[in-house]
Amino acid sequence: MAKGSVAITVERCKGCGFCVEFCPTHVLALSSTFNSKGYHPPHVVEGEKCSGCDLCGMYCPDFAIFGVRHAR
Amino acid sequence: MNDVLIDKSTLEVPVEIPPEAVNPVEPFLRMDRMPHIWCPGCGIGTTVNCFTRALIGSGKNLDKVAVVSGIGCTGRVAGYAQLDSFHTTHGRAIPFATGLKLSNPELDVVVYSGDGDLFAIGGNHFIHAARRNMDLKVICVNNLTYAMTGGQTAPTTPGKVISATSPYGVFEPAFNLVALAEAAGAAYVARWTTYHVKQLSRSMEEVLNKKGFCFIEVLSPCPTLYQRRNKMGEGLDAMKYYKQASKVRNGARTSECDLSRDGEIVVGKFVDRDRPDYYDLLQAQMRETLGDRYATPEVSCCEAGE
Amino acid sequence: MHAEPKGVLTGVHFLDGDHACCEGTLAAGARFAAGYPITPSTEVVERFAWRIPTVGGVFIQMEDELAASIAIQGAVWGGAKAFTVTSGPGFSLMMEHVGYAAMTETPCVFVNVQRGGPSTGLPTLPAQADMMQARWGSHGDYGIIALCPNSPQECFDLTVTGFNLSEEFRVPVMLMLDECIGHMTEKVVIPEADKIEITPRRLTKLAPKEFRLFQPQGDMVPDMVKAGDGYRFHVTGLTHDERGYPSMNVETQDRTVRRLQEKLKPLANGRALCETENLEDAEVVVVSYGITSRVAQRALQLARAQGVKAGKFRIISAWPFPEQRLRELAGRVKAFVVPELNLGQMVHEVKAAVAGQAKVIPVTHAGGSVHKPEAILQAIVEAAR
Repeated sequence: MAKGSVAITVERCKGCGFCVEFCPTHVLALSSTFNSKGYHPPHVVEGEKCSGCDLCGMYCPDFAIFGVRHAR
Repeated sequence: MNDVLIDKSTLEVPVEIPPEAVNPVEPFLRMDRMPHIWCPGCGIGTTVNCFTRALIGSGKNLDKVAVVSGIGCTGRVAGYAQLDSFHTTHGRAIPFATGLKLSNPELDVVVYSGDGDLFAIGGNHFIHAARRNMDLKVICVNNLTYAMTGGQTAPTTPGKVISATSPYGVFEPAFNLVALAEAAGAAYVARWTTYHVKQLSRSMEEVLNKKGFCFIEVLSPCPTLYQRRNKMGEGLDAMKYYKQASKVRNGARTSECDLSRDGEIVVGKFVDRDRPDYYDLLQAQMRETLGDRYATPEVSCCEAGE
Repeated sequence: MHAEPKGVLTGVHFLDGDHACCEGTLAAGARFAAGYPITPSTEVVERFAWRIPTVGGVFIQMEDELAASIAIQGAVWGGAKAFTVTSGPGFSLMMEHVGYAAMTETPCVFVNVQRGGPSTGLPTLPAQADMMQARWGSHGDYGIIALCPNSPQECFDLTVTGFNLSEEFRVPVMLMLDECIGHMTEKVVIPEADKIEITPRRLTKLAPKEFRLFQPQGDMVPDMVKAGDGYRFHVTGLTHDERGYPSMNVETQDRTVRRLQEKLKPLANGRALCETENLEDAEVVVVSYGITSRVAQRALQLARAQGVKAGKFRIISAWPFPEQRLRELAGRVKAFVVPELNLGQMVHEVKAAVAGQAKVIPVTHAGGSVHKPEAILQAIVEAAR
C-alpha cells in the first residue's frame, strides 16, 4: 500500500530526468508520450513504492512534480 | 537521454494533479510568470525548491524577506520569487542589498546570484560585505560559466574547459569561492551541489536564522553551454557526476576545497562562526562614543501626510 | 509636510557649500547616505557621517562609487530618503546606476561637486563640464532633473528642493555644484523646521492586490512602496510593464521609456526654476548657472553701467532644460551670451531653444578658475552692437 503519491504537471516538464533518477524507490520512469513541447514527462510505474517523500519535488527544476504523503 | 528508462510499453497519459494538492513551491513563485526561462536540466530551479523549503522551515514572515539578484541566469530568480524582489545591475546585488538592509534592518535580505555576477564584476563588493560581516545571506549558484550571455569563461571555470571566450581551453587558475569567502570574513560558508537537495535546504534554513554574512555556494549544471561545449552530456549527467564525485567533509579546510574539471567535489559546511555583524558593530561604536546622544536609526523616515 | 526638526540645524551659519548641502540633505529628511571620498565633494559626506548618528540614520562609506550609487537605491526601497556625493571621476562610475534609478523610478539624489576634467583633471579646481553628462551620462533614453546652486545658501535650499522633486517625480535628481561653490564659505540661514516644506514619499494607499508599482497616476508618475509592507513587489532594470515584470517588447519599451521623459515635462515649461532680472527691456540676455552666474552678475552690472541693455537669465533647474522660457524670450532679444566653465555644453541647449531667432554666443573656459567679469562683459558688449 503506497504511503504517498506524486502529482505531475505534465506541461511544465522538460524531460530532464532528475526525478526518475533520484527517486529512492524508483517510482517513476519517463513515459513514451510527449507533452505539447515535445518532452517526455515522467509517469508512475511503481506507484505502491511511493512514500511521498517529495524528493522528486525538490529536484524538479521546472516545478512539474511533487510528492505528498498520504494522511494516516 | 540514453541512460534514463523510457517506458515504451505504455501509451498511458501521465498522472495529472489531484485537485486539492498544491506544489509546495508555488506559493513562493509568481505563477503568472511561469514557465521560467531556464533550460532543461539547469539546476537553478532545483535551488529555488530548496530555498522555498528553507523559507517554510525557517518560519520567517515572508513579507519581511527580500531577494536581491544581479544579472545572469541565476539573477532571474528575483523575478520569479513572490517576495519583495530586486533585479539589480550586474555585480551590484550585494551593495544594493547592503543599503536595503541598513535602511530597514527588520528585513531578511537574501542575495541570490551567479558565480560571474558575484565574483567577477561583483568581486569587490563580495569581499567588502564579508569583511564587514553585513547581515546578508548570499546564495551563489555556481555553474562555472557566464550562462546567460552564451557560456563565456568565468573566474570559476576550471582549467582545460572550453568556453565561448576560451575556445582553446581555459588556462587561468579558477577561484576557490569557499576559501575566498572565509578569508574575506564570512560568518558561514558552505558548499553543496544541486544533487544535495536536503543538505542545501538545511543550509539555507540555517543561514536564514543566522546573523552575519552567510555564503552558500551551489554547484549547478549548465547543460546548454558549459556541458555541451565540453561534451559533458546533459543536466542529468552533471547530477550523476555530483553524486559520484562529492565528498561531504563538514569542517574541511576551505583552502583544500579547490574544484577541477572532473575531480573530487568537497561539499559541506566549512565555516560557522559567530561574529558581531555590521549593524551590531555600528551601534556598539556609536553608543561607546556618543552615549545617550546616539539616536537609533529609524526604519523608515518618510511617512506621508504629517 | 514639514521637515522633521531632528534634522534641521536652525540658525544663522557660516558654512561652505559642501557643508550647507549636507545640512540640506538632513533637513530634507535624508537618513541614509553612501559615499566614496573624492575631492572636492568629500566634506558633504564627512559632515553627514559626523551629524547622522545624533539625528538618527546611517552613513556608510562604500568600497567604490559603483557600490555607493546602488546602495542608496537599496536604502530607498527599504524606505529611507538617500543620497550620494561625488565629483567627475566618481560621477562617471555612477552612470550605470543613474540609469537604473531612472528606469526603476527610484527617488534619490546624486550630488556632483564638479571639478576640472576630463579624467583625473584638476581635483581641487572648479569646472562645469559635467552638465551634459548629468543629462546623458547613462546609456539609453531617460530623464533626470538637475539643479545648479550658486551659493552656499542655495546649496542648502536647492538640496531640499532636489529631494522634494525626486519624490514627486520618482526620478534621480542631480545637484550640480562646483568646486568653487562647494568650497566657498558664506552666510547660510536655516529656518525653523516648520518653515521647510518637504515632499513626502508618495507611498500608495492601495492594497497589495490592487497596487501596480509602475502604474502611472494622473501626473504620469507611479506611486511608491517600501519593502517589508507585504506588497511583494518586483523591481527590475529590464524594460518592464506596469506590474514591474520584464516585458521586453517594442510596445512596452515605447510606453515606458517615453513616459520616463514625458513625466518631467512640467520642469521644461512652467515649473522651470530660474532667476531673471532686467529682462523687460533687455537686448542681450546672459544665460548662466552656478559659480559663473556670480561672475556674470558683475558683468551685467558693468554692462548696464555702460548703457548696454543687458538682462539676466540664471538657470537653476538645468535639466529638463528650461526651453519654453528661453524660446519665448528669444523672440524679443538680439542675443544670448552663455558663459560656462566648460568648452560649451548648455549653450547647445540654448541654441536649440532659441532656434535661430537670436544670436547665441558662448563664452567658454576650460576650467580651473572662474571667468573674469571682463570676458563676459566683452561678449555682452559685442553682442549688443
